[in-house]
Amino acid sequence: MSDISRPEVAHLARLARIDMTEEELDRMAAQLGAVLDAVEQVAAVVGDDVPATSHPMPLRNVTRPDVVVPSLTAEEALAAAPEVEDGRFRVPMILGEEA
Amino acid sequence: MSAADLTRWDASRLAAALQAGEVSSVDATRAHLDRIAQVDGDADAGVHAFLHVAGEQALADAAEVDARRGRGEELGPLAGVPVGVKDVLTTTGMPTTCGSRILEGWVSPYDATVVRQLKAAGMVIVGKTNMDEFAMGSTTERSAFGPTRNPWDHTRIPGGSGGGSAAALAAFEVPLTVGSDTGGSIRQPAAVTGTVGVKPTYGGVSRYGLVAMASSLDQAGPCGRTVLDTALLHEVMAGHDPHDSTSLPGPAPQVVAAAREGASGDLRGVRVGVVRELGGEGYQAGVRARFDEAVALLTEAGADVVEVGCPNFAHALPAYYLIMPSEASSNLARYDGMRYGLRVVPDGDGVTAEQVMAATRAAGFGEEVKRRVILGTYALSAGYYDAYYGSAQKVRTLVQRDFDAAFGQVDVLVSPTAPTTAYRLGEKLDDPLAMYAGDVATIPANLAGVPGMSLPVGLADEDGLPVGLQILAPAREDQRLYRVGAALEALLLQRWGAPLLARVPEQPATAATASSTTEARA
Repeated sequence: MSDISRPEVAHLARLARIDMTEEELDRMAAQLGAVLDAVEQVAAVVGDDVPATSHPMPLRNVTRPDVVVPSLTAEEALAAAPEVEDGRFRVPMILGEEA
Repeated sequence: MSAADLTRWDASRLAAALQAGEVSSVDATRAHLDRIAQVDGDADAGVHAFLHVAGEQALADAAEVDARRGRGEELGPLAGVPVGVKDVLTTTGMPTTCGSRILEGWVSPYDATVVRQLKAAGMVIVGKTNMDEFAMGSTTERSAFGPTRNPWDHTRIPGGSGGGSAAALAAFEVPLTVGSDTGGSIRQPAAVTGTVGVKPTYGGVSRYGLVAMASSLDQAGPCGRTVLDTALLHEVMAGHDPHDSTSLPGPAPQVVAAAREGASGDLRGVRVGVVRELGGEGYQAGVRARFDEAVALLTEAGADVVEVGCPNFAHALPAYYLIMPSEASSNLARYDGMRYGLRVVPDGDGVTAEQVMAATRAAGFGEEVKRRVILGTYALSAGYYDAYYGSAQKVRTLVQRDFDAAFGQVDVLVSPTAPTTAYRLGEKLDDPLAMYAGDVATIPANLAGVPGMSLPVGLADEDGLPVGLQILAPAREDQRLYRVGAALEALLLQRWGAPLLARVPEQPATAATASSTTEARA
């Protein structure tokens, strides 16, 4: 069984910004180990000579003319916001978090 | 005629009656809303294919189409036909939840391109269909708003993630639906409900407004009860979209003409490859039996049937379960509780944005979503990236090469769509690996971007549940699916004497009828 420890899952949960309970961490560690066992075979079947494919139908340099076109108004963009102030998204403290 | 009759009609028959002025869109829409009210129920009972029914809006839209037709305006072939839309496509005027608490009640400020196309075609959107949260699942049990039930047996899964779109068709709640398919979410629900579903060529249908799970795999597509109906909807949705940088330029495939051509049942000159790796051991006996019979019918229709090897398909499933969560973990970072959707603020002073994000995502995401986000975060993290995500991308190349080689020999490939018929609700809920294994036959098409169709080929002897056959074609050759699918459908219809869905049990009436044609359900 792949070794994915409970502290490792807790670290990943922090990176992914998801609070997890002790019980969730236990269950997730066990299930991820089983899933990783099942998927890690991919590393064994490919050689260095096989190029990677990131996209099934590669298109290059897809652009449009650089002209202003209608888009959402500020009111529309803010309509679903949890909190709004002075025509802007109001968010919790983002600076001085280490203080 | 009675309102109940209209819900049994195929979309093409309904469209013809609408064009001839024999039926109004208001009557057709009301008949389907009444049917939804009778059988759809709620999270606890009934089919529960819909998360939201927009009854008043639908009737108003239908009246508008009738008025335009009355004025002699030129309308599209499906004008006035009701349609359901998977709740992963954004819609103005009604909620888009993706089956998630984190988007509960959210109303998009813009329509997905596909939704805009449906409206431009005069189609009447009756509501949003149920799905696994953010399309992560194969059973629709991962919807935060309760599962959809399979109309063939309410104790069974309707497939997923688009179980709502498939079940709504099989329960005669609506004649057409839109789905999305990242690893089989259109085709597998079609297979287990006895309906038709198509994943178009990647880029053939716009992804603008299709809420992203795995961007290099996601593809919206049409679902119907017949191959021709599905083709009619496909042509409404297909085409280049400047809002989607992955949208394919060039003309859309002529799928309606192909479906009509195929309906003659003549497949002389068509080369069909049976994928050796997708069948045999691990596939339910009844699935194998119906599949083998269907392949024999293709031979009878004049097709040249050969067996084709695709050895790297064996690695497609593990590669998919690295690529999909990797892309999903990145895409779902947008649900941060800042600009829209749920925001959960922990108690205490000096709460930071990071703490709000972590609390919001803990409360708003379900178990399967958390599992995939964590798995994707792991696969993309330093030290593991090459072994996991990098290797999976190389497997993707090998799968594409298998397709290239196969399509050098044959015009289409066929396989069972899923290894089993519909299993019981709850059966694989605590065993994600067992559930993932059900995607083995559908995933290769997503990895390579090629189009695929599932269509019903009968009922398994051991459980009396529908079996689907999958057809795969090269990229941009979607019309081949429809030609071969329509031919097989015609031959099966001759044999059966009636469509397979004529045998779906009558749905029990549900108690929850009072609010059904009004808003806010789930």
